[in-house]
Amino acid sequence: MAEILVDCRGETCPVPLVETRKAIRQAQPGDIIVVVGTHPASREEIPMAVRALGLELLSVEGTETDWTIRIRR
Amino acid sequence: MSNESQRPERVTIILHSGDMDKVYSALIIGTGALAMGMEASIFFTFWGLQRLKKSGLEKGPLSKMHFLGLGKWMVRQRMKKANVATLERLMRDFKELGGKVIACEMTMEIMGIRREDLREDWIDAYGAVGTYIQEARGAQITLFI
Repeated sequence: MAEILVDCRGETCPVPLVETRKAIRQAQPGDIIVVVGTHPASREEIPMAVRALGLELLSVEGTETDWTIRIRR
Repeated sequence: MSNESQRPERVTIILHSGDMDKVYSALIIGTGALAMGMEASIFFTFWGLQRLKKSGLEKGPLSKMHFLGLGKWMVRQRMKKANVATLERLMRDFKELGGKVIACEMTMEIMGIRREDLREDWIDAYGAVGTYIQEARGAQITLFI
């Protein structure tokens, strides 16, 4: 199982969401995708996308403007 | 009908405007939908089709307060400061995530635009109203921009 890091710090809408989606597409089932970012709305929206895609949201940590989201493909 | 109901949820957007800010809206909504697991297509028609011309994507005026380009320049500076993605990048992401670009053939005819004038590498289909209706009839979200 690989761990894939998506660094979206400093990026704004819709880049964090899009980069997360690209990483999910490239990941193998079971891989962990770790997204770090600073865009407040994406902290809420990436989990929405994860649920819509039927994947597992492992954790959402940090503040609105400095967060880490972990996803299992 | 059964085939239709098995298709993933989708968004279809008619981009009638060629204004820079509206092209942003279309591409942000399109890439956002793809990122959230939907299918997405954008039907470029009329002024929107001008943006599919070679090196035309970023050329649109601002829909309000363009002020002969000064307004657009100011908004661009603000966008750069906020680190907003370029339209080129959004289009690249849209295509990479499987978004469909449809070019309106009637507009091409009216405006004398040939296929070789357009970014053919982005275009999935050339169509008319029937193509759009076929895309939109099973879509959950349709927008006219």
